[in-house]
Amino acid sequence: MVLTLLKSLMLVGVLLGCVAYAVLVERRVVARIQTRMGPNRVGFGILSTLPIIGRLFGFLRYWKFSGLGQPIADGIKLFLKEDIEPANAYRWPYRLAPIISILPVVMGFAVIPFGPDIELLGRNVKLHVASLRLDILYLLALGSLGTYGVILAGWSSNSKYSLLGSLRATAQLISYELPLGLALLSAVIYTKTISLGEAVEFQLANGWLIFSQPLAFLIVAVAALAEANRSPFDLPEAESELVAGYFTEYSGMRMALFFLGEYMHLFLAGSLITALFLGGWSVPFFGAAPWWLGVISFCVKVGAFLFICMWTRSTLPRLRYDHLMHFSWKGLIPLAAINLVATAVWAALL
Amino acid sequence: MTVHGEELVINMGPQHPSTHGVLRLLLKTDGEVVGEALPQIGYLHRCFEKSAERVSWNGVVPYTDRMDYVAAISNEWSFVLAAEKLGNATVPERGEYCRVISAELQRIASHLVAFGTFGIDMGAFTPFLHAFRDREKILDILEMMSGARLLYHYIRIGGVMSDCDSKICEMIKLFIKDMRTRLPEYHQLLSYNRIFIERTANVGIITREQAINYNITGPNLRATGMEWDLRKCDPYSIYDRFEFKIAVGTCEHGVSGDSWNRYMVRLIEIEESLKILEQAVEQIPAGPISAAIKVFKPAPGEIYARTEGARGEIGFYVISDGDLKPFRVKAKSPSFCALSGFHEYSRNLMIADLVALLGSIDIVLGEVDR
Repeated sequence: MVLTLLKSLMLVGVLLGCVAYAVLVERRVVARIQTRMGPNRVGFGILSTLPIIGRLFGFLRYWKFSGLGQPIADGIKLFLKEDIEPANAYRWPYRLAPIISILPVVMGFAVIPFGPDIELLGRNVKLHVASLRLDILYLLALGSLGTYGVILAGWSSNSKYSLLGSLRATAQLISYELPLGLALLSAVIYTKTISLGEAVEFQLANGWLIFSQPLAFLIVAVAALAEANRSPFDLPEAESELVAGYFTEYSGMRMALFFLGEYMHLFLAGSLITALFLGGWSVPFFGAAPWWLGVISFCVKVGAFLFICMWTRSTLPRLRYDHLMHFSWKGLIPLAAINLVATAVWAALL
Repeated sequence: MTVHGEELVINMGPQHPSTHGVLRLLLKTDGEVVGEALPQIGYLHRCFEKSAERVSWNGVVPYTDRMDYVAAISNEWSFVLAAEKLGNATVPERGEYCRVISAELQRIASHLVAFGTFGIDMGAFTPFLHAFRDREKILDILEMMSGARLLYHYIRIGGVMSDCDSKICEMIKLFIKDMRTRLPEYHQLLSYNRIFIERTANVGIITREQAINYNITGPNLRATGMEWDLRKCDPYSIYDRFEFKIAVGTCEHGVSGDSWNRYMVRLIEIEESLKILEQAVEQIPAGPISAAIKVFKPAPGEIYARTEGARGEIGFYVISDGDLKPFRVKAKSPSFCALSGFHEYSRNLMIADLVALLGSIDIVLGEVDR
């Protein structure tokens, strides 16, 4: 019990830190692609303005840390911003929507296995918070829940842009859940387990799933991008069309919650893909790796996925609403279904 | 359009990221489909025409800069051309070359902005910054020529303000070389991107009839396949000396007059402008850059003069009553014409297509409202 609590706290803390710095990394990477510098000024010089002990940190004023203070400064800024509630908003749904949209994502991380079981102080510690053994089902269920936050946000803001954005988002999330579910199912059939930990064990024995289920991997990756509202599927918040989509009316930390939720969604998608298709904590060319190397390998794989997301974001234009739907219903879903049937037949014959 | 349920009226603008300034569009939509889009203009009206009656002939020029602030030099040239025709002023050879060089640089700069902002409208931010990096080089050159970076006041009645010397010519040559390597990159990054083509080809079509009826000129007209470029069709200044082609819609993707072709025409025009620049820099003769005009006071009369600006035909209808100030100035601005038929060619588009249409006709609100 205590251990689970400790693990959850650690997970949330590490996750928030990771998201904050992933945003910085993204800004730097995208800036690099766009021939800019990106945030490279903010260090920790603010510490030198503290009373009494500030003198100790005087040297920080001249050390820029290449923008490492930026996420903290941004966070402080967002907390201090005025929290605007439109007069005509439906108050409680409006207040609840950001929480509803971030909660399922954070909960999703509970089942992600970050590494193998380890021996700590004579106890067997699992590197995931909850041992559900229904991991994939649980993740799919949570994914559907996230839609509610978006719908509520768009509807309760009582603004037309928000409404249009949330309509788009809802249609998009529902359409892309299907190929995601189908593709995950074929992976489940292939590995004969619905638990992510066991899927990793399977891959340790039989090789990564990306090689045996490449189509499922591609579909999951694309659908995950769409689920997380990431470019080129970022129509719900297309700023050139809908100002900011469903969170147009939100400001300050509530806006940031949506933003965090989306970013964590990307992390979650990356973790899911890593665990299910990229061999989780297995280290290539390294048979029995120590557990910490496994965790690092997991993080590197998630990082690689995130980097590809940043890359696509800075290269591709945005899809149009109906093209997006066509892409899912006429492209991804039939493909995923065929893949599923083929995998099932293969599994039945063996 | 049959509306299912209630019609949704959306105010797009005047504060909206993709209305390119302070345009306000009144959209009547059914979900994502726009039934009608009515442009509401006037948010940037600055009484240009009335102000022009209160200042000297040369004093009007900086006001014209502020019409189309993305391509200021083409406006200056058009007004100055009108004044010179009225006052029978002649421009020395070198002055004409300086004008051509500055105007073509300006055209490239303007098309780069169009390219970049269209990218943003389509959800691709990177092309914008790449385009602005290249535009920066042009601004540096124009700054060396005129001292200003946006509103130049470079073309004066009787010539130009300062010389385009050999050092600047070297910079231009360097820029031409640079830009030629950059254009294929632009095509790779945006023009032939699958998503981009899907978003723009066959979208927001302006037919040739519509374009002619609404007096649309410039790249928007040429995208319909019509070879109409004042530099060729009604040559002013020394444009008849240069070899270049009129850029028309290629129809490589989509049909003529759609957003992709309008976009493509601009990129082809950049190439053609580079050709003109190359020749102009080679040919530029020695001599004075400006006729010595102490007091400009044209005889009474009226005139219409036009030039091919970055957005189309910029015309000035000027009446003189023999005074030191123009009696009446009326500007014909291509962006205004392009916007005047907007309600017609925006019918039954999706909101995302509306953005593509608006971005590809490349309006500058300063010029629409004046």
